[in-house]
Amino acid sequence: MVIGASTADAAIILIDARHGILEQTIRHSYITALLGIPHVVIAVNKMDLVNFSEEVFNNIRNAFEPVARKVGLKQVAYFPISAKEGDNVVSRSVYTPWYTGPALLEFLENVPVRIYNSGEPGRFPVQWVVRPHKESFHDYRGYAGRMAGGRFRVGDTVTVLPSGTRSVISHIEEAGTQLQEAGDFRSVTLRLTDDVDISRGDMIVPATHPAQVANEVKLMVCWFNSKPLRQGGKYIIRHTTSETKGIIKEIHYKVDINTLALQHGQEELRMNDIVQVTLRTAAPLKYDPYRQNRHTGSLILIDEFTNETVGAGMIVANENL
Amino acid sequence: MSTVQHNHLKELEAESIYILREVAAQFERPVLLFSGGKDSIVIAHMAWKAFYPAAIPFPFLHIDTGHNFDETIAYRDALVERLGVRLLVGSVQKSIDKGDVVEEHGYNASRNKLQTVTLLEALEKHKFDAAIGGARRDEEKARAKERIFSHRDEFGQWDPKNQRPELWNIYNGCKQPGEHFRVFPISNWTEMDVWQYILQEQIELPSLYYTHECEVFERDGIWLAAHPCIKRRPEEVPVRKRMRCRTIGDITCTGLVDSRAYTVEDIINEIASSRVTERGNRSDDKRSKAAMEDRKKEGYF
Repeated sequence: MVIGASTADAAIILIDARHGILEQTIRHSYITALLGIPHVVIAVNKMDLVNFSEEVFNNIRNAFEPVARKVGLKQVAYFPISAKEGDNVVSRSVYTPWYTGPALLEFLENVPVRIYNSGEPGRFPVQWVVRPHKESFHDYRGYAGRMAGGRFRVGDTVTVLPSGTRSVISHIEEAGTQLQEAGDFRSVTLRLTDDVDISRGDMIVPATHPAQVANEVKLMVCWFNSKPLRQGGKYIIRHTTSETKGIIKEIHYKVDINTLALQHGQEELRMNDIVQVTLRTAAPLKYDPYRQNRHTGSLILIDEFTNETVGAGMIVANENL
Repeated sequence: MSTVQHNHLKELEAESIYILREVAAQFERPVLLFSGGKDSIVIAHMAWKAFYPAAIPFPFLHIDTGHNFDETIAYRDALVERLGVRLLVGSVQKSIDKGDVVEEHGYNASRNKLQTVTLLEALEKHKFDAAIGGARRDEEKARAKERIFSHRDEFGQWDPKNQRPELWNIYNGCKQPGEHFRVFPISNWTEMDVWQYILQEQIELPSLYYTHECEVFERDGIWLAAHPCIKRRPEEVPVRKRMRCRTIGDITCTGLVDSRAYTVEDIINEIASSRVTERGNRSDDKRSKAAMEDRKKEGYF
C-alpha cells in the first residue's frame, strides 16, 4: 500500500457500515496521512445492509473524525455508498435522501489531481548537464531537470545547492522553445547568466527561499525487506537526483500502526514496520520536510550488497538538528 | 476540456522525459529499443526533446524479424538519419542461420518468440545495461504490474513476484555486473494518450497506421496481411480491403482492422468508440492466457 500511496493524489478508504472502524481502517488512514495523499475519501460501504440509515452513517463519521485528526488527515470527504447496486457510486441514490453531497465518481472526477501554483518555493534538482559540443551551440551549457515544486521565471535570482553559488536564470527552454516561466512539474532546461560549476544532484532554488542543507535528518521509514533495519546499518541513499551513502545513527521509535502507539527501545525493525530514525549521510542532502514537498522530502534506502530498494524515507521537520 | 487534456499530456511528457534523462544519467550503456511502431516513435521524439540541443546520448536497437513491412524500414532509416543517432540491428534471420534458434513451421509460425534470443544476444554483445522499451500498463495485464525501472538477472529474466519496490519518482538502477534493466518511460500512458500526443506534437507516422487498401485474409477472427511470410491454408483466400494497423510489429502477428480513419483525428475518434484493446488484434498474445507473462519472464520486451 505504501508504494501505491507514494504516487497517489487521492485515496478511498472503505468502511463496512455494519462493522464501523476496524484496526485496518486505522492502519490505512495512518499510511494515507504518512504518505501525504492530498485527498482522502471515506466510503461507508454496504449501506444497503443497514437500511441506508443516516444514523449509522453519522455515527461512523463522528467516530472517524478524531482518528483523522490524530493521524493528521486534512481533507476528508464522506460518502454513504452501496457498491452492490451502485448507490451513490456513479449517480446519487434514491435511498439516501438525507445525503446531499455528490456521488463518489462525481467527486473523483472533479478532485484537483495536482495543486498547481500552491505558492511553495521553486525547486529544481539538476538531472543532466546539456553540453552539445556542436559548432552551432558552441558555448551552450544547460541544466536539464524536472520542476519539483513551485515556479521559476526568467530573471529570477537563484542559489545553487549545496555550493551556495548565486546566479540569475537567463533562459528556460523546452527543446529549443523559449519559455518565460516553468512550474507544474514540467521537464525543462535552465540556463544561467554565469558560468557556474553545476553537476547532476545539485539543486537550483530561489535565493530568497533556499532548501535546507544537512548531513543529518530525521526520517519516517517504511521498511520493505526481510533483512531487518538495524541501528548502524549502512545504505545507499537516493534522494531527488542525488546519490550518497548513509548510516542509521539512531532508531527513535516504531509506530504500532494498529493502535498508533509509539514503541521505544527497538534495536531492529522488520518488514512492514514504520519507524522514526536519524540518518547521517556522506554528502549533504538538499531537502524540504516531506510535509512541505513530497519530491524534495522523500528518499529511498538501497541495500549496498543486493541493490534492492529496502526502505522508503520521509524527512521530518526537525528543530533540534 | 482542451486545456485539461493539454495539461494531462504535458504531465505525462514531463514524466517520460524525466525517466529518459534518469536512464542516461544512471546507466553506462543504455539503448532504445526501436520497433518502428508508434510507441517507440513517440519515445524517440521525447528523447530528442530531453537532450536538445545535444544529440540523444544513446543508440537505437531494432530487432529485425525479417518479416517487416517495407515502409517500417524506410521510416526507421529516415528517422535515425534526421535525429543523428546510431542504429544497430539485431537480425532474427542471422540467429536462425547461426542455429541459435529454430524457426517455427506450419500455419501459425511466428518469429515473435525468437526475437527474445536475438534481443538478449544483442544486449550482451554490446554490453547494454539498460534497454528502453515502449510497453504501457494499459496494454496487457502482465505489463500492468511491471515497474518503470525493471530489473533483469544475468539471464535477462524477469521475476514478477520479486520486483523492487518503486516509490515516488525515485528510480533505483543499481545492479550487479552482467545484469541489466528494462525501462518503460510511457508505462503510465494509454493508447489514447499516445494518439493525442502524436496529434499535439504533429509527429509523422508510417502510413500503415492510416486506412489504406491492402490484401488481407481472415484467421481466427483476426485480419492478417496476405504476405509471403505467412503460410495460408487453402481456404484462407486473400481479399482487398480498406484496413489500417493499430499496432505495427512483425507481419505475421500484426492484425489489421477494418477502418475509415485517414487522419490522426479520425483515429482518435475511432479509438474513443472502440471496446477492443489494440493488442486484441495481436495474434501472438492469443496463443494462451499467460502468453505475455511467460514471454516476459524469458526476456521479451
